[in-house]
Amino acid sequence: MAGRILTYEEKDTWIHRLGGATKMIFFLLWSITGMLTYDTRVLLVMLAVSLVIFKVSKTEWRQVGTVFLFILFFLCLNLLAVFIFSPNQGTEVYGTKTVLVTLFGEHNITKEQLFYEFNILLKYFTVTPVVLMFIVTTNPSEFAASLNKLGISYNIGYAIAIALRYVPDVQADFTKIKHAQEARGIEMSSKTSLWERMRKMSMIIFPLLFSSMDRIDVVSNAMELRGFGKHKKRTWYMEKKLTKSDYLTIGFVVVFMVAALCVTFADGSRFYNPF
Amino acid sequence: MLPIIEFKNYTFQYRSQKEPTLLDINLAIYPGEKVLIVGPSGSGKSTLAHCVNGMVPFSFAGESSGSLTVSGKDPAKTGIFGMSKTVGTVLQDTDGQFIGLTVAEDVAFALENDCVPQDKMFSLVDEVAEVVDIKTLLHHAPTELSGGQKQRVSMAGVLVDDVDVLLFDEPLANLDPATGKRAIDLIDRIHKEKKKTILIIEHRLEDVLYRDVDRIVVIGEGRVVADCKPDELLATDILVKEGIREPLYVTALKHAGCTLRAEDLPQHIESMKLDRYRERVQAWYEQVALPVAEPAKEPALEVLDLDFSYISGNPILQNIRFCIRKGEMISIVGKNGAGKSTLSNLICGFINPDRGKILLGGSDIADKSIKERGEVIGLVMQNPNQMISKPMIFDEVALGLAVRGVPEEEIKERVYETLKICGLYPFRNWPVSALSFGQKKRVTIASILVMNPQVLILDEPTAGQDYKHYTEIMEFLKELNESYGITIIMITHDMHLMLEYTDRAIVIADGKLIADDTPAHVLTDERIADQAYLKKTSLYDLAVRCGIADAPGFVDRFIYFERQVREHGRQNSDV
Amino acid sequence: MNKKFGVKEVVAIGIGTALFIVLTNVQIPVGFIPNTALQTRAAVLAFFAAVFGPVVGGVVGFLGHALGDALFYGSVWWSWVFPEAVFGVIVGLCAAKYKIKEGSFGGKEIAMFNVVQAIGNAAAWIVVAPILDIVIYAEPANKVFTQGATACVLNIVIIGILGTLLLVAYSKVGAKSGSLSKED
Repeated sequence: MAGRILTYEEKDTWIHRLGGATKMIFFLLWSITGMLTYDTRVLLVMLAVSLVIFKVSKTEWRQVGTVFLFILFFLCLNLLAVFIFSPNQGTEVYGTKTVLVTLFGEHNITKEQLFYEFNILLKYFTVTPVVLMFIVTTNPSEFAASLNKLGISYNIGYAIAIALRYVPDVQADFTKIKHAQEARGIEMSSKTSLWERMRKMSMIIFPLLFSSMDRIDVVSNAMELRGFGKHKKRTWYMEKKLTKSDYLTIGFVVVFMVAALCVTFADGSRFYNPF
Repeated sequence: MLPIIEFKNYTFQYRSQKEPTLLDINLAIYPGEKVLIVGPSGSGKSTLAHCVNGMVPFSFAGESSGSLTVSGKDPAKTGIFGMSKTVGTVLQDTDGQFIGLTVAEDVAFALENDCVPQDKMFSLVDEVAEVVDIKTLLHHAPTELSGGQKQRVSMAGVLVDDVDVLLFDEPLANLDPATGKRAIDLIDRIHKEKKKTILIIEHRLEDVLYRDVDRIVVIGEGRVVADCKPDELLATDILVKEGIREPLYVTALKHAGCTLRAEDLPQHIESMKLDRYRERVQAWYEQVALPVAEPAKEPALEVLDLDFSYISGNPILQNIRFCIRKGEMISIVGKNGAGKSTLSNLICGFINPDRGKILLGGSDIADKSIKERGEVIGLVMQNPNQMISKPMIFDEVALGLAVRGVPEEEIKERVYETLKICGLYPFRNWPVSALSFGQKKRVTIASILVMNPQVLILDEPTAGQDYKHYTEIMEFLKELNESYGITIIMITHDMHLMLEYTDRAIVIADGKLIADDTPAHVLTDERIADQAYLKKTSLYDLAVRCGIADAPGFVDRFIYFERQVREHGRQNSDV
Repeated sequence: MNKKFGVKEVVAIGIGTALFIVLTNVQIPVGFIPNTALQTRAAVLAFFAAVFGPVVGGVVGFLGHALGDALFYGSVWWSWVFPEAVFGVIVGLCAAKYKIKEGSFGGKEIAMFNVVQAIGNAAAWIVVAPILDIVIYAEPANKVFTQGATACVLNIVIIGILGTLLLVAYSKVGAKSGSLSKED
C-alpha cells in the first residue's frame, strides 16, 4: 500500500527551486481557471503548458505512472457514466445534433456529445499534471511554511505538517494492527455479509483510532512544552525567500488567467462552439 | 548557593483523584547537579517532574499546597511556556516528541515558536546538532531514524533553547541496552560540557549508574523515601523495600552473604573496592549447585534456512535456522531493526519467506493461512492498546472464538476459564479502559490464550514496566509455561528478562543468527554482545574481578539461585 | 469558540487528517453494486467532528479529502472536497450535545448524532456536491444527483454503523471506574 502513495523527490530543476507559496498560487489559480473555462482552445493551450511544465520538472513515469493510469481509468468510467445518463448533454450545450452512430433509444452517438465529453476529459487533464508536479516537486516541510505566507493561520499550516509527519506512522500502525487481528481470526473476506465485514473492519479501526487519540495527547503536550502557540506569529526553518523566478511565475499565471478568461467569455459563454 | 529547584512541604492532588499523589515533599536541587529520581510506577515520580515543567497544574489540573520554586519562579504561575525557557523536557515517547518532518525542523521547533529569524536558526541548529552528534542526519525524516537517534534529536530540540535544567522522563524505556548506554554517556557529556542541571527519572537504576550521578532521590507512595549519594543508597536495603531493582552485582554480593559498605564505592562494579568481599563470593560460587539438565523434548517450532527481503538484493533475514522445543521459554534478542519483528511476521504468515521452511510440530506450515496459524501460534503485540478492539473485557477475550463460530455456551465457559487463569475473573464485566497497563496486557494475553495456542510469541512483553509489574507479568508467563506447557517465545532487548526467565537466547544481528545459546553465555561474550547491541552483564565483571575464571558458570549459578529464591518467595506468599 | 482552539485542536486536525488519508483506500466493497464501496474514512471524520467540534471536523474533512486525493490519485476534485468539509462542520456543530466526553453517549444521543449525520450527508452530497459538479464541470444533472445520492446513502450507512460503534466505545472509555466492583 505504501508504494502507491505519491511522494516528494528531491531534484534540482527550477521548478523544484520555486517557493512552495509560488507553486501553491500557481496551482490554485490554474485550477480555478481550469474550472471556470470550458473553451476548448484555452483548454488545449493549458494542456500543452502543463505538459511542458511536467517535462521541465523532470518528473519520471516511475514516480507517477500507476497513479496516472488509475486516473485515466477513472475518467473513462466517468465519461461512460455521462453518456449513459445524458447522451444528449452535448446537444443541449452546443444547440445542434449531428448523429454519427445510432445505438438504441435516446443513446445515439452525436458529434456534439463526443466533443463535449472530449472537453470534460481536457478539463481534468489540464489540472492533473499540475497536481502531480506539485506533489513530487514541493518539499512537504516547505509547503506548511508557504501556506502561512499566503495568510493562512500557522495553526492550519502546522496541522498539515503534522498530518504529513504522521501518515507513515499511522500507516505502519494500521498494518501492524491488521496483521494482529487477522491472526486472531478477523479476515476481511468478501464472502461474508456486509454487516459482518463492517463489524470486522470496526475491530481494526477501533484500536487504530484509540491509539491515535493517545497520540494526540502526547504530541500536544510535547508541542506545548516547546512553546507552540506562544506568539501570534512564528518563523519557519524551511521557509524559502521569494526570488525573481517566483515573481515571474506568479506574474505569468495571473496574466494567463486573465487572458484565458477574456478569451473564454468574449462571446458570453464559457463554451467554445465549433458547430 | 541557592537551589535551582526547591520543593518545600509540597503536596499535590490531581482533580480526578481522591488521595494526594505527592505528599509533603521537601527537596532541593542545586545548579549543576545531576540527580536521579527513582520509584515504582504510581509512586509520584512523574508527577514530580510535571510539577517542575509546569504540566502540573496547566495540563493536569489539581490542587497544591506548600511551595515550589524553579529558578526563582513558581511554575504554577509562570505557565508551561514560561517554564520552557528554564526547563527542557525530553519525553519517554520519542515518536510523540518528534514533531518536525525532518530532523532539522524538529530541532528548530522551539526557535520557530519564538520567532527567531531563519539565518540565526540555521546556525543554532547546526551548533546543537554538533553537540548531540546528529549533524549528518539533519535532512532525514523520522521514519529513517532509530530510536536512539530520535532521542538525540529530542535532546537537541530542548538544548537549542539554552535551558538551565534538563528533565529526562524515562530516557531508557525504548532503547536497547547498548543504545541506552550511549544515551547515558551523552547526558553525562552534556552535563559536564554545558554545566546544566540534570534530572533523570528512571527505574532502570543500574543502566543510569553507568555514569556518575550526584544524588539519587527515591520516591515511594508520594514521599521522598531517600535522598543520598549512590554509594550510600546501595549500602542500604531501601531499593528492595521500594520495589526497585538493584544492580545485579549488588544482588549477587548480597546472595553471597556480603553486607555492602558505602566506603567501598559500590556505584560502579569496575571501580568498586572488592577486597572485603572477594572470598565470600568465591565461597558462594563453590557452594551453589547447578540445575540438572532436563532431557530435550520434541520440537515445537523449527525454522529452517529462512531468507527474506523486501527488495531483492537487500536481505532482511539470511539463513536463519533454529529449533524450539515443546515447553521451552526462549528469547529472541538483537538491536532494533535487526530483523526480529520480521522473523515473527514470517512465523505468523503476514509475509512469506523467499527461501526456507517453518515447521510446526514437524509439519510445514507454508500453505496455512494467517488465521489457521493464529489458532496454534498466538501473537501478543507490545502495545495492548493496539490490540484491544472491544470496550468490554469479556467481549475482547471472546473475540477470537466468536469469529470462529464457536457456540455461545462454549465461548462463555472457555472465556471464564481463561480469565481465571489470568487473574482477571473478578473484572470480567468491566470495561477494558478501567484497567491498568499491566492488566490490559493480561487481557491481550488472555484473548490469545483462549484459543489454546501451542506457541505464544510476545513482542517486548515488559516494555516500560517497573520492577514490580515486570515481575508480575513474567511470573504469570512462567506459570503459563510451567503449568500449561505452552511454548513461549519473547522478542526483547531486556537483558534482565533474558537472564532471569529464559533458558536460551537466539541472537540476531544484521539479519543473521549469530548465537543460539544460554543467556549466561550470550551476555558474557563481548563479541556477541557488541554485535547485537546488548551489553555484558555486570555479573561478568564481578566474577572476573573476584578471580572466578568461569564467568558464564558464575552467571548460571546466580540465575539458578535467584529462581530458587523467587520460587521460595512465591510459595511463601501462596500460603 | 476562539479560546477553545488550542494546541490540542491543531494536533487533532493533524492526526485526524493523517488517519483520513491513510484510510483513503481502506474501503468495504458493497458487493452487489460494482465500483461502489463504503468509505471507512467517512466514519473517522464523523468521529473527529463529534468529539472535537465543527472547526476540527470541517478542516479534517477539507484537508483530508484534498490531500488524500492528491497523494493517492494525483488529482483534487474540488467539487467533492468542499462537501466533505460541509459535512464535518454540520456534524461538529452539535458536538456538545452528544455528551461523548461525559461518557453518556446513550440512546438519545445516538439518535441525535445519526439524525445530524444524515442531515449533514444529505446537505453535502445531495446539495453541495452535485451543484459544484454542475457549476464547475457542467456535468449532466441526473448523473451527478444519482452519484451524490449514492454517496450519501453509503456514507449514512457506514457512519450510522461504524461511526456509532466507535463513538459508543470511545464514550465508554471515559466512563468512571469508581462505580465498578470486583465480582467473585
